Amino acid sequence: MPRANRLILAHIWVAVLAFGVAAAMAVMQALSRANLEVPYRSARMYYMSVTAHGVLMALVFTTFFIMALGYAVAQRENGEIRWLRFGWIMYGIAVTGTVMAAWAILTFRASVLYTFYPPLQAHPAFYIGLTLVVVASWGWCASIIASWRESRRRRGESPVSLAMHGTTANAMLWLLATIGVASEMLFQLIPWSLGWVKTVDPLLARTLFWFFGHPLVYFWLLPAYVIWYALVPREAGGKLFSEPLARVTFSLFLILSTPVGFHHQYQDPGIPAAWKLFHTFNTMAISFPSLVTAFTVVASLEVAGRLRGGKGLFGWIRALPWGNPVVSSVLFAGLLFMVGGFGGAINAAYVLNSVVHNTAWIPAHFHLTVGSAAALTFMGACYYLVPRIAGRELELGLLAKVQPFLWFLGMVLFSFTGHIAGLMGLPRRVFATDYAGAPQAEMWHTLTSVSALGGIVLFASAGCFVVVMIATLLTGKRTAVVPIEWAEPLSPPAGGFRKGIWDRLELWFVVAVVLVILAYAVPVYDLMHLTRYGSPGFKPF
Amino acid sequence: MKIDLYERVWMWGVGVMLALFFGSLANASIRHGFHPPSHVETIDPKKVFQNPLFSRQGVTVDAGGAVHVSVVGMMFAWLPGEMVLPAETPVTFHMTTVDVIHGFQIVRTNGQSMVIPGYVSQFTTSFKPGDYLIACNEYCGVGHHTMASKLKVVPKGSWQQPGALTSTAGVADAAR
Ligand SMILES: [Cu+2]
Repeated sequence: MPRANRLILAHIWVAVLAFGVAAAMAVMQALSRANLEVPYRSARMYYMSVTAHGVLMALVFTTFFIMALGYAVAQRENGEIRWLRFGWIMYGIAVTGTVMAAWAILTFRASVLYTFYPPLQAHPAFYIGLTLVVVASWGWCASIIASWRESRRRRGESPVSLAMHGTTANAMLWLLATIGVASEMLFQLIPWSLGWVKTVDPLLARTLFWFFGHPLVYFWLLPAYVIWYALVPREAGGKLFSEPLARVTFSLFLILSTPVGFHHQYQDPGIPAAWKLFHTFNTMAISFPSLVTAFTVVASLEVAGRLRGGKGLFGWIRALPWGNPVVSSVLFAGLLFMVGGFGGAINAAYVLNSVVHNTAWIPAHFHLTVGSAAALTFMGACYYLVPRIAGRELELGLLAKVQPFLWFLGMVLFSFTGHIAGLMGLPRRVFATDYAGAPQAEMWHTLTSVSALGGIVLFASAGCFVVVMIATLLTGKRTAVVPIEWAEPLSPPAGGFRKGIWDRLELWFVVAVVLVILAYAVPVYDLMHLTRYGSPGFKPF
Repeated sequence: MKIDLYERVWMWGVGVMLALFFGSLANASIRHGFHPPSHVETIDPKKVFQNPLFSRQGVTVDAGGAVHVSVVGMMFAWLPGEMVLPAETPVTFHMTTVDVIHGFQIVRTNGQSMVIPGYVSQFTTSFKPGDYLIACNEYCGVGHHTMASKLKVVPKGSWQQPGALTSTAGVADAAR
């Protein structure tokens, strides 16, 4: 086994274990919101578990998987990973940070949810632990960018692979985005939780958080897009419909992902409306590359379906290999993402947001995006990657086959009811939904019950994934290590593609920085020059 | 760069759709004045009850006849716990908090705003007659799901303008 593969598998292990714990936390929440009495049900337990679920799923599972995939892409590109020992040191830092944060959460010292808005104040280990994870991810970004530069040198006039291009765009996007959360942690939350400063400004903290929080969404999605573009067309038996356009979309994501954070703060005081509208405009712009991706990916799948003998307007859909979990998970991820994307356009709509903000609509929405488009794609990719990298056959293949179908069913039950309950005003993140018997709360009851049923189905699906992964990693029959194979473009020009302006990611990084300055410099400067009163910490949990 | 004809049609379609989305939002906000609550004003969260706007919570009518509501959020209650408002009348809500962040949400209306310590939130909306639940929609601690109050909206004609302010000063004193 190549030495780099051990590092990749070490990341996969953390991702799978974090996912398993987080999924167990989630099923309890779904039951609790349906007002069902389950063992250990209490408000304190509920808010702790929401924190654990959010941090372990959205920050730990995703980040470790994305780092594993990035290393696998770099390994495929150059036959080795740059700075392997450095990679192990970063891995050690990330695991240490995860353990610190998990300890603080599971011992009820950090029930501040994964958005950790001050003046709710967690134990310093929570903030320091998460900061270590981010610092380690910077090391990963440096390694990816080094691999990208090496590939560019080696390939001369032809561009790097599409997967490498997308992965590098994501690493650069992450470096820019994490400036926000790192400043929040280092200048506000860590000194404040250690008692070195007495107060922090909660609005500035929210602004820094959402500077990071929206590009975080793209940090999750871009690796999924890499899989959709570069892996799935071939796995489905077809070709990538259009490679040059795919490169453009990744560069556009790098440019546009960050200057949009105020669309999470539409309901905040202290930020003038005009700046919120400016971020709305950028938000509409960032929908463009996602919608282009939708076209190219569906077109590639149609190519695959027709090559497999599918006929007629929709016959190609049935001809796709639905029994292959690598493909079916992406098909379901894409279907759910279409619904999630339209919901997202409603969240982003400056005016309509007042109807859905902080209601059950919001978690229902992001379980279709990060929870399906990203997480389900990652699970599907694991069925492909882990056997190849570990040099083992996939164990319990039947469970792997069923898993994406269960996820789809569970998500439809959980998420569609959540959207409706949100439109009916049910707040998100509440332990119980009965509001002391208020008549307005009765209409939510059926919906939260169906939602709970969805939670159980999702938990069964998550269980399948975790069992398949652990069985494969520990007991899968040993085979040769097989390299990843990327999809081929449908009609490449004679002599192959040539490098173009959209391949110059360093240029687009600079453009992204300029846009961020345009979007944030003035409102943050104005905020800092208000007469502000800081807040001391509160620990009501 | 060679782009397929279908792709080009799709890209133009998407571009036009997004332009329409943004255009209609900009039109609603710039021409018709629809904005999310974006009031810019700060307040010392330790001295909320000394502030004339919040020393008494509840409904008032200003010299020009406009209806105002002052609300203070705290773990885990909205003050006042109950209020009565006239239907089909613009009402301006002023909100702040003495401790952590809360979310003021009048269920099944577009009336909501984040309430952040150190800042004053404000929005104006009007209601149909009926009984409304006001919830907290931002996690604020272990009692978050119990944080609620009641709003009764009555037909304009039968609404009684509060003579003296709806005083909950006693509660406020206790909480100070
Ligand atoms: Cu609250």
